[in-house]
Amino acid sequence: MEPRVILGKKAFSFRSFFLQWEWMLVLLFIAVNVMNVNLSEFYWNFGNLRDATMSFLDKAFIVLPMVFVIILGDIDISVGSIVALSSVIMADLYNHGLPMPLAMVVCLAVGTLCGWINGLLIVKFKELSAVIVTLSTMIIYRGVAYILLKDQAAGKFPEWFNFLGWDYIGGIPFILIAFAVFAAAFWYLLHKTTFGRRVYAMGSNLTASRFSGVRTDRIKIVVFTLAGLMSAVTALFLTSRMGSTRPNIAAGYELDVIAMVVLGGISTAGGKGRMIGAILAVFLIGYLRYGLGLVNVSAQTLLIIIGLLLIVAVAIPKLKLGRASARRRA
Amino acid sequence: MRERGGHTAVAAVGEALGAAAPNKSLSANIARFREVGLLVFIVLLSVGVQLRNPSFLTWENLNDIAMNTAILSILAVGMMLVIITRGIDLSIGATLALSGMIAALTVKEYPGASPAVALLIGIGIGLVCGALLGLLVAKANILPIIATLGMMNVFRGLTYEASGGKWVSAHQMPADFKAIATGSLLGVNHLIFIAIVIYIAAYYFIAHTRTGRQVYAVGSNPESAEVSGIRSGRILWLVYTIMGGLAGLAGVLWVSKFASAQGDTASGYELSVIAACVLGGVSIAGGSGKISGILLGSVLLGILNNALPMINVSPFWQNWIQGMIILVAVLVNALVKRGIDRNHLMRRRI
Amino acid sequence: MSEYILELKGITKTFPGVKALDDVYFKLKPGEIHALMGENGAGKSTFIKVITGVHAPDEGEMFLNGEKVHFRNPTDAQKAGIAAIYQHVTCYPDLSVTENIFMGHERVAKGTKRLLWREMHEEAGRLLQRLGASFSPKTQMGALSVAEQQIVEIAKALSVNAKIIIMDEPTAALTNSESEELYRIAEQLRDQGTSIIFISHRFEDMYRLASQVTVFRDSRYIGTWRVDEISNHDLIVAMVGREITQLFPKKAASIGEELLRVEGLGRTGYFADVSFTLRKGEILGLTGLVGAGRTEVCQALFGIARPDKGKVFYKGREVAIRHPLQAMNLGIGYLPEDRQKQGLVLQWEIGRNITLPALEKLSRNGTIQIRREWEFAKRLAEKLGVKAKSVFDPAGSLSGGNQQKVVFAKLLTADLDVLILDEPTKGVDVGAKSAIYEIISDLACSGYGILIVSSEMPEIIGMCDRVAVMREGRITAFMDRGEMTQEAILAASMADGAPKNEQIRWAQA
Repeated sequence: MEPRVILGKKAFSFRSFFLQWEWMLVLLFIAVNVMNVNLSEFYWNFGNLRDATMSFLDKAFIVLPMVFVIILGDIDISVGSIVALSSVIMADLYNHGLPMPLAMVVCLAVGTLCGWINGLLIVKFKELSAVIVTLSTMIIYRGVAYILLKDQAAGKFPEWFNFLGWDYIGGIPFILIAFAVFAAAFWYLLHKTTFGRRVYAMGSNLTASRFSGVRTDRIKIVVFTLAGLMSAVTALFLTSRMGSTRPNIAAGYELDVIAMVVLGGISTAGGKGRMIGAILAVFLIGYLRYGLGLVNVSAQTLLIIIGLLLIVAVAIPKLKLGRASARRRA
Repeated sequence: MRERGGHTAVAAVGEALGAAAPNKSLSANIARFREVGLLVFIVLLSVGVQLRNPSFLTWENLNDIAMNTAILSILAVGMMLVIITRGIDLSIGATLALSGMIAALTVKEYPGASPAVALLIGIGIGLVCGALLGLLVAKANILPIIATLGMMNVFRGLTYEASGGKWVSAHQMPADFKAIATGSLLGVNHLIFIAIVIYIAAYYFIAHTRTGRQVYAVGSNPESAEVSGIRSGRILWLVYTIMGGLAGLAGVLWVSKFASAQGDTASGYELSVIAACVLGGVSIAGGSGKISGILLGSVLLGILNNALPMINVSPFWQNWIQGMIILVAVLVNALVKRGIDRNHLMRRRI
Repeated sequence: MSEYILELKGITKTFPGVKALDDVYFKLKPGEIHALMGENGAGKSTFIKVITGVHAPDEGEMFLNGEKVHFRNPTDAQKAGIAAIYQHVTCYPDLSVTENIFMGHERVAKGTKRLLWREMHEEAGRLLQRLGASFSPKTQMGALSVAEQQIVEIAKALSVNAKIIIMDEPTAALTNSESEELYRIAEQLRDQGTSIIFISHRFEDMYRLASQVTVFRDSRYIGTWRVDEISNHDLIVAMVGREITQLFPKKAASIGEELLRVEGLGRTGYFADVSFTLRKGEILGLTGLVGAGRTEVCQALFGIARPDKGKVFYKGREVAIRHPLQAMNLGIGYLPEDRQKQGLVLQWEIGRNITLPALEKLSRNGTIQIRREWEFAKRLAEKLGVKAKSVFDPAGSLSGGNQQKVVFAKLLTADLDVLILDEPTKGVDVGAKSAIYEIISDLACSGYGILIVSSEMPEIIGMCDRVAVMREGRITAFMDRGEMTQEAILAASMADGAPKNEQIRWAQA
């Protein structure tokens, strides 16, 4: 039998290039901006837009690892609590005399530890879903924050700590630069490295990945640990912006983060989606919030909008799929 | 192929248990005697608290515990049904708040309205919320965690919208509305009475109706259920609707009991309800759960909530304790299941 | 009234790429126990699914009591009085025995629709008693042994007044005394006028119970005999005696030093006391019936599920294999049984599938070198003759044989010495089969030690230097190339088939 020559180059298809969810997001992004410009005359202003970015980017740091978590087909709803716990511990230690830089390191360490515990429990108890594990750790982590700080605020951070959340480098907010760096790193990790490839493999077919020598347990633990670490990064920026911390900060962040990831085209079934989509979704939701905030839409209405966005974003691909399979059956 | 998690440190514990009792492992016995164990724990806890604070076992305080437990236990019934079908509902705190708020606004606007109207409005709104959620889960095939997380925020937002961000406070509510919770029938407080009625109805539903058993069948083995001609979609929709209806009812009771309706009423209460369920032995993997179990689970949580402040445990510990209860309960449930599976394997002949 | 309660004529069923049933006939009399025999993959399961309405046949007719019937779904078949009891019991483990028996046809009160528990428990108790079971109908299903669960399934069939009961390898998971119990029940049912189709690999079952036996082979109908008219030997020939049309290009490889030695390997509930050695250049077959524990042994060697007893020596050194990556780094590769679920990521392109186990090699500091990856995948795909337009086609779009070649390509990405091939030609068409045999033979010649798990006897006999036969979790026989015959292997893999000396005679024949 003559071995057939197999093409080693990918054929480029315009159709499949433009039929990507990310273009949809770009269109939505433009639509949101056009709408905002029409809603408020204050919207289209470089300074305002730049400062708006500073106010919504804190949770975007969690979106990056959450993309990995959801590509694995799992979910982590404890991230908001990890933010609170690492922030509270940092503030508490600082108020007890630990130098701020050290307290910040501890903050990152706490987040990492929390994420690692999540991952370990999920891997060791495969019969439990990540939902129930992170649900209970969500309560526990925030519970520890409450034990430490009661219902008080802690703050009085050194002046330079404000830098994280409030300062600019060359006219660009520091938080934006930091996010760009992290986003690039996570994009690279997901799309260019063996680690990212294995994460996709696990999300598409966990058994086949295991049989192919992928250390599935280890990767899962690393992914959840990353989610913890980045929650701690969010804690740093959020605490800096607020100037103080309370045990109830970052409540509901898990919803925002998951909504952004899902809106970014990352399927909750696992194995599908790209980093760029989630990043677009971060800015899409961010500017939507900012624009609506300008015209005095209340935070509660925004809550409704985000909730509905999440549902719609998950439902749309399912509906499409349903129609396709119905046609196949016919 | 199912992933086999064995050979962890935890499995080693299971092995040790298996070795101790070769024929029937300890974990299998835990499964059988869970309720007795819970009861013993409740008694020990009560005695312990009583020794520290003699005002614990007074008629007044016990009544208080029963009233507080009533709402929790009503919600646990719905949550149990949802978890049996392998789902979860995080939106019930918000559903409760929304229906409580609307009911409160209604009686504020029409003080002459009968309390029954308020109850019906609350239940109706809860049913609508639940039915909507059921559609998302059963028809659109959205993961329960995602659907309920999204709708939780929608319902919570609607609550704020409806109230315009304001409270409905005690003096704005007519007396007979507040009497829903404080009044009594045949010497039994309304709340407790309603809870008892619901437990009897729920027991009848899951033990004596075909639909009730189908809920278990769908959770126990969805593939077989489909072959047996059970319409799983309809069952899923039904359990979320029931859950919504009960949350709506609980909303009215809550608002009446605390004589205030706020935007953040019962925020996070879904977690207590889930805790009561897993504590009562409802398996997160679906298919099993008993009325008696969740009743004991709710009572235990109710007593804990009441007793901790009495023995000077700071209220700020409550979150942590609740989380640990859920975590330990699900881990124990999982280990028990492993022990049983292991037992079955050892019975196999090679 | 027809002479036959069930009659099937000229049934043909084709699945994409495979003819699962080819012009099959079957006749069942009332009150008869009819054995259906054949090798794994002979088409018995598909046949059962046609009778129970799970699959609609492409061609052929089915008569029930002389009337032509056409089942659209399993419910139709149930209503017609046909019930099936499967080898792997499908039940609700969390529910009670009574509920499992009555699921789908519960007894309810007329007006209130209340479930009549007492009536159901009593009825269930009566059914169980009739079947000689000692457990209470209120027991939880999951707490019962497999044998007891099977009795529940039979009770379920009785509760719908099934006239025809199909038992698919009911004794496979039972002990001898449990089997004896089942025989008694089956005979009792027969005496009460129920017809039973009995599928089994155990000759003992057939001799003990059946009055008629029908044999399928390679999806085709071979014949029907009265049990007392056909000798054991003739029956085996009927089951396996296919003309070996396939070419086995087994080349003589020089057999070298020992690569793998397994001593007393065991895993609770799956297999026990498994010992063998594998040498360089050798092809060792591991055969036996499905469910004999072959796959579990392989997966233990590959670190999927750890054994709890025994030792594994690799190149003379004792090793404890904890996970697949460790096995691969040692030099042991595994081609899984189910290529769609365990072997491939079907949504992925061919190239990515091939390189998944070898990403380490194709990356620098963790970054994948895309161009090298493409080249590497392309080279391997061409080497194995994967038929595809490009390495970017999704693996799911390939035929079974080509998918299997991709899985082979995955194995060749690593530097391995031992290959464990679990059913390497399952669901592969004939042309691709011989290509795969050629690949295997070449690999042996180039010094690999190969362990083939297979249910196909021509494959084992044609390819292996030695074969180990497993039955019920244990190795029951070793045979060298000279001793291997289909009859001997079959006899060793079936329990209590015939007197020992007869087995030995076949082995020597």
